[in-house]
Amino acid sequence: MQELIQYLFSGITNGAVYAVIALGFSMLYSSTGLINFAHGEFVMVGALTLISLSKGLNLPLPVAFAGSVAITAAAGLLLERLAIRNVRKPHPIVLVIITVGASILVRGIAMLCWGKDSLNCPPYSNHAPIDVAGATLLPQSIWILALTLLVVIGLHVFHKRFLTGRAMLATAISRKAAGVVGIPTDIMVLLAFAMSAAMGGIGGALIAPISMSSFDMGMTLGLKGFCAAMIGGLGSSWGAIFGGLLLGVLEALGVGFLSSGLKDASAFVLLLLILYFRPTGLMGKATVQRF
Amino acid sequence: MRTAKTTIFCALAALVICTLLPGMSWGKEPYKIGGIFSITGASSFLGDPEKKSMEMAIDQINAAGGIDGHMLEAVIYDDEGDPTKAVLAAQKLTSKDEVIAIVGPSLTPTSLAVIPVIEKAGTPLISCAAGIKITEPVKPLVYKTAQNDVLAVQAIFNHIKKANIKKIGILTVENAFGESGKEQLTAQAPKFGIEIVLAETFGAKDTDMTAQLAKIRAAQPEAIVCWGTNPGPAVISKNVVQMNIKVPLYQSHGVASPKFIELAESAADGILLPTGKILVTEQLSETDSQKKVLQGYTTEFQKRYSMPVGGFGGYAYDGTHLLAAALKGTEGDKAKIAANVEKINGFPGVTGTFTFTPTDHNGLGDDAFVMVVIKDGKWQLLK
Repeated sequence: MQELIQYLFSGITNGAVYAVIALGFSMLYSSTGLINFAHGEFVMVGALTLISLSKGLNLPLPVAFAGSVAITAAAGLLLERLAIRNVRKPHPIVLVIITVGASILVRGIAMLCWGKDSLNCPPYSNHAPIDVAGATLLPQSIWILALTLLVVIGLHVFHKRFLTGRAMLATAISRKAAGVVGIPTDIMVLLAFAMSAAMGGIGGALIAPISMSSFDMGMTLGLKGFCAAMIGGLGSSWGAIFGGLLLGVLEALGVGFLSSGLKDASAFVLLLLILYFRPTGLMGKATVQRF
Repeated sequence: MRTAKTTIFCALAALVICTLLPGMSWGKEPYKIGGIFSITGASSFLGDPEKKSMEMAIDQINAAGGIDGHMLEAVIYDDEGDPTKAVLAAQKLTSKDEVIAIVGPSLTPTSLAVIPVIEKAGTPLISCAAGIKITEPVKPLVYKTAQNDVLAVQAIFNHIKKANIKKIGILTVENAFGESGKEQLTAQAPKFGIEIVLAETFGAKDTDMTAQLAKIRAAQPEAIVCWGTNPGPAVISKNVVQMNIKVPLYQSHGVASPKFIELAESAADGILLPTGKILVTEQLSETDSQKKVLQGYTTEFQKRYSMPVGGFGGYAYDGTHLLAAALKGTEGDKAKIAANVEKINGFPGVTGTFTFTPTDHNGLGDDAFVMVVIKDGKWQLLK
């Protein structure tokens, strides 16, 4: 029983991070129809800038957190403006390959900026770990869960209640029609990139205190986030959250009841099964058709 | 046009140098020795200090008058941790640069890859990698200066046995280093009367190991042995403290660097690990034959490169000095050099005291590792 609870805690902590990353994938996909394989690198940039700002510049944590998210969002803006918008024939596959190239570039730059060693970051609050029926829950896990929930709710409200949010949804449904009714679609796409990158940055900033961060951490996390987004259904925010948590919990249970060697395998087998039986993901709508 | 100009310039420069060279009086022709290290890439933490240490050793030898009047000259290539590039470098060194011996490569896969090349060329090799397969079975031309994992496992198990611990749980990283550690731990445990109650693994990039630790805790071991390189073991150390697991935690020599303490912070306190003596040089007894070598290496390295000294550069430093010792009286004959290395007896190096025999081309004994405990962020030697 004690172990089961511990597996669940571990799974939910990791899963919440996967969920935020998946959310970034998902929202960019629903706004632009693009899968950004550089998304994992935004996670890395978020984690490393948080460490630089809070440990290097001694800024208070909330400021460092906001700063790292803003810097990551700016990186997203740059990516869209410099690499994506200028493409002459924006065929989806071309854009996807551009994002793969961008991820290699970002990783290289990060290696030059932060070096090859791992860096660490203190937790957000210095409470002692909480004991729940013999299992340990880290205060940072609660931070992660709470902030993830805030992000989803914020995104939901933004899309439903705000004019800009609705304009973004309209652009996603039909870019041409949105343009005809006077929505500045270029700016909407730019905004979608910035927001998606910011979510990557939040994911990175959340995970920095429980893990060690280095320039090459983005690839694995990006893949896991992508996996979670696919499981939940690309384009669905709640699907991304559900997919992330499911992936995290299954990984932890895989470690607990099968073998720790099968941890990553269990995640990817799950992805294959879901793609096979429900290609749109668990919560995706079957009508979504963009390519 | 520009390339054509550059070519002509280079050709002219080469001509000038060639006509000048014989005119200069350099005494005897220098001995050329090669180096292959993973200077950049993921394993640069090994290759970079190794390259620096080899250059330092060569300067020391030359400052002392060289070998039989011959100066040493190093040709060093970077293999980026890639076996293919290591093979190319070895081919260049043996055929183009015509070196008489090679120090390196830094890693087990790269070392194994270059062995066929150097055997074909008949060039002796002193590898800086840990893998036992490099020198077992013994190959006439191949030696190595890094400690085998076997010795590290023995050091840990000796300590565990002394503490009267019978049941342990092990947690190893999913890469070549962890696999080798797991193999040795499982193979040697019965010899020490130790039972491994649970063997778990973790990914090199995993962010949270509480699930594995919960499983290990449930198996109720009396100690946990973790085998990995940074950052995984630092995360595990933190998780152990967070989960309030009270049994002693042993780490491998893979984390024996100041970086580990920096990453694990206060969670590093009380952790036990085997390490080369370099981390605890000042705590060694005056009678230790390595103490003077270690002090010399540490001061000179820090003075020259103004960076903290670690244990890895010592592999290349020892390799170069062993080579220098073997070069005496050979006039650069490759077969004689290889044979001379085998005769080296009781050579105090940075990593340990080397005594090579026809059946042992690593030459290190139990004294290559000492057990230390981390206390208040400092290494403390256990007697």
